[in-house]
Amino acid sequence: MLQFILRRLGTMVLTALCLTFIVFFLTNLAPNLEKVAKTQGNARMSDQDVNSWLDKRGYLAPLPVKYGQWLGILPGYTHQDDDGVITGRCISKDNTAQTAPTFCGVLQGHWGLSTVFRKPVLSVISERLALTGWLMMWVMIVMVPGALIIGVFAGMREGSRTDRSLSTVSILTTATPEYVSGVIFIALLASSKFGISPLLNEWGWIETKTLFKGTATSAMKEITFVNFFLPVITIALYGMGYIARMTRASMTEVMTAQYIRTARLKGVSFPAIVMKHALRNALIAPFTVIMLQIPWLLNGVVIVETLFNYKGFGWTLVQAAGNNDIELLLGVSVVSVVVVLVTQLISDIGYVYLNPRIRIS
Amino acid sequence: MEPLSWGAITLRMLAQFAPVWIALIATFTVSIIYKRKLGLYGKLFDSTIGMIGFGLVMFWVFTAILGGPMDMIVTHDALTQISGLKNKTPGVVVPGAQENGLYSYYLLGGDNLARDVFSRMVKGSWVVIAIAPLATLFAFMVGITLGLPAGYFGGKLDTALSFFANLILAFPVILLFYLLVTPEIVETGIPSYMAAVLFIFPLIFATVLLNSRYHTQPRIRTPLLIGVLVVLGWLYLSTISEVGSKIAILPSFLDGFDVPGGILVVFVSVVFVNSPTVFRIVRSLALDIKTRDYVAAAQTRGEGAWYIMLWEILPNARGPLIVDFCLRIGYTTILLGTLGFFGLGLPPESPDWGSTINEGRKLLSIYLHPALPPALALLSLVLGLNLLADGLREESLRD
Amino acid sequence: MTKSDYDGPILEIDKLSISFFTRLREIPAVMDFSCVVQPGEAMGLVGESGCGKSTVALGVMQDLGVNGRIVGGSIKFKGRDLNAMSQEELRAIRGSEIAMIYQEPMASLNPAMKIGNQLMEVPMIHEGTSAADAYQMALEVVTDVKLPDPERILKSYPHQLSGGQQQRIVIAMALMSKPALLILDEPTTALDVTVEAGIVQLVKDLGKKYGTSMLFISHNLGLVLETCDRICVMYSGEAVETGSIEDVFDKMQHPYTQALFRSIPLPGADKNTHPLVAIPGNFPLPHERPSGCNFGPRCDYFEAGRCDTGHIRMDEIAGDDRHGSRCVKFREIDWDAPITVGEAKEKAEIGKVVLKMDNLKKYYEVAANALFGGGDKKVVKANETLSFEARESETLAIVGESGCGKSTFAKVLMGLETATDGEILLDGNNIEDIPIQDRGTDIVSSIQMVFQNPFDTLNPSMTVGRQIVRALEIFGIGANDAERQQRTLELLDLVKLPREFSERMPRQLSGGQKQRVGIARAFAGGARIVVADEPVSALDVSVQAAVTDLLMEIQREEKTTLLFISHDLSIVRYLADRVMVMYLGHVVELGDTDQVFSPPYHPYTEALLSAVPIADTSVQKQQIVLDGDIPSAMNPPTGCPFQTRCRWKDDVADGLCDIDVPPMRTLADGHQIKCHLPAEVLARMEPVIKMAAE
Repeated sequence: MLQFILRRLGTMVLTALCLTFIVFFLTNLAPNLEKVAKTQGNARMSDQDVNSWLDKRGYLAPLPVKYGQWLGILPGYTHQDDDGVITGRCISKDNTAQTAPTFCGVLQGHWGLSTVFRKPVLSVISERLALTGWLMMWVMIVMVPGALIIGVFAGMREGSRTDRSLSTVSILTTATPEYVSGVIFIALLASSKFGISPLLNEWGWIETKTLFKGTATSAMKEITFVNFFLPVITIALYGMGYIARMTRASMTEVMTAQYIRTARLKGVSFPAIVMKHALRNALIAPFTVIMLQIPWLLNGVVIVETLFNYKGFGWTLVQAAGNNDIELLLGVSVVSVVVVLVTQLISDIGYVYLNPRIRIS
Repeated sequence: MEPLSWGAITLRMLAQFAPVWIALIATFTVSIIYKRKLGLYGKLFDSTIGMIGFGLVMFWVFTAILGGPMDMIVTHDALTQISGLKNKTPGVVVPGAQENGLYSYYLLGGDNLARDVFSRMVKGSWVVIAIAPLATLFAFMVGITLGLPAGYFGGKLDTALSFFANLILAFPVILLFYLLVTPEIVETGIPSYMAAVLFIFPLIFATVLLNSRYHTQPRIRTPLLIGVLVVLGWLYLSTISEVGSKIAILPSFLDGFDVPGGILVVFVSVVFVNSPTVFRIVRSLALDIKTRDYVAAAQTRGEGAWYIMLWEILPNARGPLIVDFCLRIGYTTILLGTLGFFGLGLPPESPDWGSTINEGRKLLSIYLHPALPPALALLSLVLGLNLLADGLREESLRD
Repeated sequence: MTKSDYDGPILEIDKLSISFFTRLREIPAVMDFSCVVQPGEAMGLVGESGCGKSTVALGVMQDLGVNGRIVGGSIKFKGRDLNAMSQEELRAIRGSEIAMIYQEPMASLNPAMKIGNQLMEVPMIHEGTSAADAYQMALEVVTDVKLPDPERILKSYPHQLSGGQQQRIVIAMALMSKPALLILDEPTTALDVTVEAGIVQLVKDLGKKYGTSMLFISHNLGLVLETCDRICVMYSGEAVETGSIEDVFDKMQHPYTQALFRSIPLPGADKNTHPLVAIPGNFPLPHERPSGCNFGPRCDYFEAGRCDTGHIRMDEIAGDDRHGSRCVKFREIDWDAPITVGEAKEKAEIGKVVLKMDNLKKYYEVAANALFGGGDKKVVKANETLSFEARESETLAIVGESGCGKSTFAKVLMGLETATDGEILLDGNNIEDIPIQDRGTDIVSSIQMVFQNPFDTLNPSMTVGRQIVRALEIFGIGANDAERQQRTLELLDLVKLPREFSERMPRQLSGGQKQRVGIARAFAGGARIVVADEPVSALDVSVQAAVTDLLMEIQREEKTTLLFISHDLSIVRYLADRVMVMYLGHVVELGDTDQVFSPPYHPYTEALLSAVPIADTSVQKQQIVLDGDIPSAMNPPTGCPFQTRCRWKDDVADGLCDIDVPPMRTLADGHQIKCHLPAEVLARMEPVIKMAAE
């Protein structure tokens, strides 16, 4: 078991290195660097100016060298301009050229400076990630139990009316990407002119103009039902259908298994069959799906945070990518890759623990 | 003139779609009459869910073809702005329509640039229907060509290919899109190089398919292969080569058509994102089917590995693959919408649904009508594809 | 309800009809079925697949699924009509009064629940027993089914037990509440023969001990003979003959029963002098049943006008104990008329040596821990020192149970794997190191294979003709497509299939027909050596004979060397010239068919012979039941591979069996065994099978 985890960790590190290198490569392409120089410096710089601007900041070193510097396994660049002022990767206000460390990369805890937010990448990410953490937490709280219940009820008696209606609902939700459901929800529930809010307001059922808020900006300070419900439900619905269908498939398969017939012909009652015999076997497959769903939720988070103007991790990603904020983008990709790989690891380990057949052998 | 009421709008829209209704009725009549002779496709008409799904999908397919290149159905040009109709509600009268020979109403209103929402929605379907199935097909070619050997041979090859597949899957899709689908990247030519790599898979696939089947009969094989390769090769070179871009292999008189850089990069990234998943499905199917006795029988008569993969394993994996193909077109549609939603790749004035939703959402709490029609259109197409896949799965499991 | 105050018949089924409903039509699965099971009686239900025997069992359990429905008749259990019971009442009876045992033991145990909990559940539901008492009961029953270390077993999960142990647990579960009726649906089909023998013995003993009535469903007449008092033969949804075992086996009164017995290889049958008589034609599909007698179209006694009109009733046979037959002509048929044998065949001349194996070894390296990979590598010795010769026109049978290495041997011979050590000589040329892709077309086409599973042997998405043509293409036969088409049609003639079949898809063919196509494909390149891997074991009894005969006939014509892999000793005795018995990768005995089937035996051969059920009341068998299961090839015992289960082990001095692998000894000309037993002990062995003096 330990060996298994070690091997998986090895793969994770390798994957993370490959992915960050790809991001590094793409963000450091010449046109992208030119864009950085022009947005950061001056939009009307000449090619020569761009070059010297980039050179001063170490952007013109060969790609592997830059990557090594970012990782912290190669010494950070230094640059001495005509006035004799030394600048460098590791040189900042607190660290002069003399006292600055030679290596300052991710391994040393230096994630660099975000050019968009003009703050250290690490603080930007941790701040934004916390906001997204809340969102994800509520999404999971709504999505997972909902999906499992729908799936189990639908799969319990295949072909029944409950099954057909619940299955249709889950197909419908998987067919509705966040940017569609978000738009529809805002139209129906959070618009002062359309949907049900004007009606409710007229009847005096709600005091505010809209039932829910169409933006979640205020949720960054304080989460309330009114400002957070729509973003959460928008993400949750899209994922819910998928998990529910997996659960249903797994449940119907288990319910036709021979051992369920054995239990039935032993005289076990239907509720007991579902609870004692079917459920554990039926939840093995959805568990892995739920874990693998988390990285997929990241997409939803980006869309929803943009749509509802909630300035979390996804929103940061869009900002970083839109402005080619290299260091921030790298930070963002490291975080997302780690999230993806950790959930894969958990899903594998959980699968082994849920499934006694594998655990012992 | 008065603006139209909702009833009149509905009637007029139904009338505009008349060619689509005719095509749909014709398709269904013919299919139902001959359903017993049409194999799995025919069986689809035994399942209500499958029929509903198929109907929805075909509705958009016909709308796209008739409304897109053939310019039927639409009431106005999708890009023309008519002053005074900015953000006007559905059923609004077009001023001076009579004099200019225009349709008298904006059936679903005007958007914030005073363009006809209805016509943009119809035109937008063409963008989706033209790209999504084709991109999915390419993703399947790549996934199949790599997934079969990974599953069949196993070992180091499998480990390496699976690692790459997982690598791409570990990339958050949106981050990838943001990095890949930008004008700067198009400038470097990376999408063209990726296209050159990804689009060669159908060529490899066809060559290996035919060679493994006919290698015992060189007299048939050689002319056949040459013929197919010339046609496919020309298509391939025409697609990737573009005069003035990074890859200009073909002289312009041979270059059959050009794919605009924006579209190409969208296409390539969608293929790129979808391929690893297809790879994993094909690989697991191959792992399963290779244990069958007919595969052993082929091995014991000394068949080559590629014959076994393409002619013994692949045809028997077609059921799950067809189902996944339908689902994946839906997913690709969603991805295209996502790209449009973030304003990536396609030109800003493009009528595709994602971009239109993106434009419409900014004024959502005041004006619903520009954002809602494309949203519902996308929803119904993806829903149709999902239902179709469900119907196919149900019917293929039967008897 | 108390369990004891009823003394009538346990189960009375009267004119039961069950149908399944599909979208298109109603498919009658069981029609007009009647039978009575008295207390303590064991009733055997025999028939081929699709005859409705399992449906009867599910009908008794009232568990027919969504599509199945009882459309007529009644099922009375202890006098109460099961059809009229509510779900509540049924649940009270299921598991407590009627229990059922299924074919697949692994599938019928919940993989995520400990054995103990699954057993304890039964009394806890039905009698409200406390967990502690239930545990005690479970311990007792597990001891009763002769499982070692019951406490450990109760704590394990199903996958930690072997197939035989799992089936014992399923039996234990059925016996937990001492049911009045036990239904066994092919309980041993998924098990190896020697394990099956143990289970059958157990069921018989426990039936006596608990006084349980049994409904035993099987396709194997021999098994029913060993376990049951009465038998009911079913054909295409109907019971065609019913009666006591003796009456039905010795004085059969229905043409189907007669045909069935004539098509199974009993001792005394011989491929040359007494060939089997195959039943012509195919089993009718449920919706294509003929009018009148269902067996009519395949019956030798068929009479137009009588057999194909109207409903045919079950009629009592006067003088016998509840013996009935569903045949309008059974009183007119001369049941003692001798079999009209097709002409006795000339014994084929055995030719020169074609294939020679010398000290062949095949070892695999396997990761010890499959899921987590890495770790220690283990060496699995799939084949150890295999040496034999096979001659032209000869049938060499390779006999053994799962894990004996017969499939690995086939793979090495075919070139799908290369040998670890030793030699394979084809016409004197070494081929052991040449993988199939490096073998010339002539070598590949001269060694071909017929596979076990008919449903898997043909590519489902290619027409039959295309598959044969492809084989011809690969073997370089025929100058163009037209010639190959012609050759394909001739091959179809050879395997006695209509020529139209070349246009059919495999799913339109029955199992036997598919197997024939498989044979045609194997002979496409003029194969000289054909490895037949259990070619008929997955087919129905009535089809087996026809396919076996076909193989023999082609062999006779083409002078093929046939390597016939099988675990079924009856069929081996019928068709083999020589027999090789394998156990855990070792050849333990090799000799002529007569030498192997008569003493002295290798102890394993002896047990195997005793384990095979024989459907002949005049045969007396020595009961030899082996303990335990076949050891895993991953972890074989030290010394002699068979020492863990050998009943003669004590006759070998110095515990030699635990230490050394025995050498191959030659007992008579061409008869070799791998055993430490001294000559005088071997000489003491008695024949396992004796025909009663008649």
